[in-house]
Amino acid sequence: MFDWLFKDEWFPKFDWNWGYTWEIIPRLLEATLNTIIAAGAGYAIALVFGLFLALAQRSKSRALTFIVRELVEFVRSTPLLLQIFFIFYVGPQVGITLSPWVSGMITIGLHYSCYLSEVYRGGIESVPKGQWEAATALNMSTLQTYKRVVIPQAIPPAIPGMGNYLVGIFKDTPMLSVIGVAELIHTANAIGSETWRYLEAYTLVGIIFLALSLPAAGFIRAFESFVRRKLGM
Amino acid sequence: MEDMSAYPLEISGDGTPMVSFQKVRKAYGPLVVLDNLDLEVATGEMVSIIGPSGSGKTTVLRMLMTLEQINAGVIYVDGRPLTHMDKAGVLVEATPKHLRARRSDIGMCFQHFNLFPHMTAIQNCMEGPVHVLGLTKAEARDRSEELLELVGMIEKKDQHPSRLSGGQQQRVAIARALAMRPKVMLFDEVTSALDPEVIGEVTNVIRKLVSEHNLTMLMVTHQMGFARDISDRVCFFYDGKIEEQGRPADLFGNPKRERTQQFLSAVKEAV
Ligand SMILES: Nc1ncnc2c1ncn2[C@@H]1O[C@H](COP(=O)(O)OP(=O)(O)OP(=O)(O)O)[C@@H](O)[C@H]1O
Ligand SMILES: [Mg+2]
Repeated sequence: MFDWLFKDEWFPKFDWNWGYTWEIIPRLLEATLNTIIAAGAGYAIALVFGLFLALAQRSKSRALTFIVRELVEFVRSTPLLLQIFFIFYVGPQVGITLSPWVSGMITIGLHYSCYLSEVYRGGIESVPKGQWEAATALNMSTLQTYKRVVIPQAIPPAIPGMGNYLVGIFKDTPMLSVIGVAELIHTANAIGSETWRYLEAYTLVGIIFLALSLPAAGFIRAFESFVRRKLGM
Repeated sequence: MEDMSAYPLEISGDGTPMVSFQKVRKAYGPLVVLDNLDLEVATGEMVSIIGPSGSGKTTVLRMLMTLEQINAGVIYVDGRPLTHMDKAGVLVEATPKHLRARRSDIGMCFQHFNLFPHMTAIQNCMEGPVHVLGLTKAEARDRSEELLELVGMIEKKDQHPSRLSGGQQQRVAIARALAMRPKVMLFDEVTSALDPEVIGEVTNVIRKLVSEHNLTMLMVTHQMGFARDISDRVCFFYDGKIEEQGRPADLFGNPKRERTQQFLSAVKEAV
């Protein structure tokens, strides 16, 4: 009765080649490793530099606070892709020549440090005022207060936000392909243009991203409760 | 600008008070909380501060702990200026460095304990001695264990604050403050956040400090009976001023000022 619905030409023709699939998997796995390295290094930069940005925004110097706040706002309101192009192609004109890898990881790291600084700021602000006052009453210095009292308590509430940006940075690594970093998309494109077969490579890339992103949420939750337990909270 | 030459660079000689507020003023914007406050506390003296809500009791302690800046006047601790420093013979506003050097004479316990939640009881006590005073871990541990013993918390020394009752947390907080060996201890309504049945365990610790140690203490409290029992002197604050002060027997037994009488009878009715 519904025969008219099932006309062959209405369906896309999937023409999946398993032999070819097995052939490209090693290259894609190598690219996966590159993607993880790029995301991991960028994230490490963002974790550290983001903390400095957060602390700078809380400093007593009005000028420093203003400059950093504007910088963070500026980075957050311009596209990452533009920043990647800018640092890689304009950098050499002002004497900063970096390899695609280094340039890409630094750009993505700085970009995400602006987001992470906001996460840290929220975490720091969630620490009750009484904790600062207790630290002052013990005559701790500002640095000691941050290091020993405030930051340990600011981290657990910041972990969900930090985790979201870890997944975010991972999903943004394909943008580095535009300057030639051999991450997953770049490699899939290369494979495709060599053989004119794109289906297998892109599908596998999607599966790889899914397989790495999906468990992240659960892992982050587990990590948060681990840290809270470790801190006795 | 205030004429600072009216204030001595230091107070010396016999009977130098441990704490001396001279013409201290504190305002939040247009709201003047304390004005022209003069208050002296002798070495080893226990002074209680009572008074209605908003009369500035907490502010007095917070200024002494350097948690609030003062707007005029000078506070001296052990004869030397706390809020100011001597710069070529003139008192100028204290730098953070000066505050840090001078504040070590003072310890404070808060209404809500403010223990560090990520540290155990003994870690809370060792934190200051190790990282501020520079004691070795072993020295700090000995000192902390001794004090946790004093406040009756030695059995729970490895517990985090979240596992302790309010009374227990407050006793750890007292041990933590004492571990810094302050000359002056400040208590701001340390029993107000506690359930009635555990108030005694905290007041008993303070009683012990009064009878066995020669600490100078300033205590804000709403417990009139306790203040009467253990104080050498009671100050009744009203509207940012000391309305009346005297020995507890006199102030509670025979208050001179009308406001004191009103306050004490209102408190009595509430009990
Ligand atoms: N940070 C602040 N900003 C503005 N006003 C403040 C601040 N801290 C205290 N005040 C005001 O200063 C006055 C005195 O406050 P303080 O806390 O010293 O009173 P208190 O005598 O301790 O009262 P209570 O018995 O309720 O604790 C109050 O009117 C209060 O509202
Ligand atoms: Mg108060």
